[in-house]
Amino acid sequence: MSATTDRTFEDGAEVADPNREPQAINHHKSPKSHILLTLAAWLCGLLFALPVAWMILTSFHKEEDAATNPPSLFAPLSLDGYRSFFDAGPWPPLANSLTASVVSTILVLLLAFPAAYALSIRPVKKWTDVLFFFLSTKMLPIVAGILPIYLFAQKVNLLDNIWLLIILYTSMNLPIAVWMLRSFLAEVPVEMLEAAQVDGASLMTTLRKVIAPVVMPGIAAAALICFIFSWNELLLARVLTGTVAGTAPVFLTGFVTSQGLFLAKVCAASFVVSLPVLAAGFAAQDKLVQGLSMGAVK
Amino acid sequence: MSSDVSQAEAGMPDGPAEESGAPRGRTPGENTERATRLAKAGDWSRRAPLLPALIFVIVLTQLPFVATLVVSFMNWNAYYPDERGFAGFDNFARVFTDSNTRSAVFVTILLTVLVVGISLVLGMAIALLLDRKFMGRGIVRTLMITPFLVVPVAAALLWKHALYNPEYGLLNGTLKAVFGDDAPQPDWISNNPLISIVAALVWQWTPFMMLILLAGLQSRPLDVVEAARIDGASSWQIFRSMTLPHMRQYIELSGLLGAIYVVQNFDHVFTITSGGLGTANLPYFIYQTFYTAQDYGRASAAGVVVVIGTILIATAALRTAFSLFKDEGGAK
Repeated sequence: MSATTDRTFEDGAEVADPNREPQAINHHKSPKSHILLTLAAWLCGLLFALPVAWMILTSFHKEEDAATNPPSLFAPLSLDGYRSFFDAGPWPPLANSLTASVVSTILVLLLAFPAAYALSIRPVKKWTDVLFFFLSTKMLPIVAGILPIYLFAQKVNLLDNIWLLIILYTSMNLPIAVWMLRSFLAEVPVEMLEAAQVDGASLMTTLRKVIAPVVMPGIAAAALICFIFSWNELLLARVLTGTVAGTAPVFLTGFVTSQGLFLAKVCAASFVVSLPVLAAGFAAQDKLVQGLSMGAVK
Repeated sequence: MSSDVSQAEAGMPDGPAEESGAPRGRTPGENTERATRLAKAGDWSRRAPLLPALIFVIVLTQLPFVATLVVSFMNWNAYYPDERGFAGFDNFARVFTDSNTRSAVFVTILLTVLVVGISLVLGMAIALLLDRKFMGRGIVRTLMITPFLVVPVAAALLWKHALYNPEYGLLNGTLKAVFGDDAPQPDWISNNPLISIVAALVWQWTPFMMLILLAGLQSRPLDVVEAARIDGASSWQIFRSMTLPHMRQYIELSGLLGAIYVVQNFDHVFTITSGGLGTANLPYFIYQTFYTAQDYGRASAAGVVVVIGTILIATAALRTAFSLFKDEGGAK
């Protein structure tokens, strides 16, 4: 959160490391209670993952095997669910989601980095007020501003245009990125910056050689979080887009209106749409913690 | 923007010379130190890098609220364009006297308190379980994170159709598989609509709380805990008088962040019950009033009420965040 906090958490490199050294705390515990607590931990993990496992299993069943009671765990596997999902034309919405998430994430980083710089390395007066202003905008519900945005977009012909979503997602995620990048930039050693200035290094060189190494992990964490939040967003996309610029979550909501059996198809669709987030989140678990805590945990 | 900065950089006096002459000398707050050391640059070159982000956020988050405020005093329904005009406080009167709105306010508060509260308790318990060395700890942690990485709409669809469905959902399927054909087959969503939404949300937010709380647990100074243990303190004593105080800021941080997102939840209410059965929260209510009923004036009045309510809660929350921020030094 602040320079001093960051220092307290400096051993936070371990935070993300599941294979941390054995803790002294466990020494006195009897082997029996150790086994019980281990079992409890495994049980929790399995219970929380169970719905996802069920979703994946069901997505590979035929519709008639997916909707049975009691459930048919060992029914023959099939790709029918995926076939009917991809036949429904998911590529344009998936492409829209990708465009909106990636472009807005890049815009967020381009805007947030200089702002974070002005709030840490060369802080403006009252920089804490500015920082908290950014946080406070996250607390104002999107829904309370959605009508004027809708009417404005209607007037200037931006409804159902992916750029409208890109701009809105940028403003939605910018405060988080500013907070995160600021907390990382606060760790850049001022002495090194000054030394670089004395040596006559240009701003670009200073950025590349002194600031980037400290801040790159922060940029990665911010990018991950902005990507996930943009990819997941439904309300704005549902109100402001239609057939052209609709995103994957909007596509998902329109998927269940069909008659008859649809469970395998819905599970396949949910899995495919979640796949980018699952992959990114698993690949960067430690970045996920940093990002979710807006840089307070490192 | 970058040219401004580089000019300012070039105009900077040599660092060391200024350091010795710094008026206040070294202070514990690192940022104050930075501020005094680098103080010579002009104010505007300092502000320049901040402005694009600040202007962007103001235009896109503050202006719409001003517009909402204006519309909230208008009689404006898109289905009756001829009747558009000034309405005074009519919309607000309708918002406050309408039982649907009051119910939406109540549902929003209940949903947020239940989801954040339950997720915090569960997340803390699971974080404590994972803060030990045991076999497969990395795998369990990965399993625990999974729910948070499912796209919210997909998660809501999954719970509604694959788990809650009374005919072939996994819940009733498991009941039948375990207790035979006489097993009860409740209609989960119709019987307990709000609890169904809460359960699906808790499933997604517990991992979020767990991740932040686990990071907090792992930043505890272990030698102190070990010393207390040698002195004969029980596990419960250590948890209450050492772990909990250390965890306070992590609990507040994860609770605050969780509340910010759960208050605004739209996806689950929209997908699981479509706001029916008394589960419409404020985001859903406003969406419906504006998008379906096209009653712009009334939707805006409800929006203004939401903003005022959020400001009240957010001020308290921000004060907490600010005290956390200050407690840790740094902020000046």
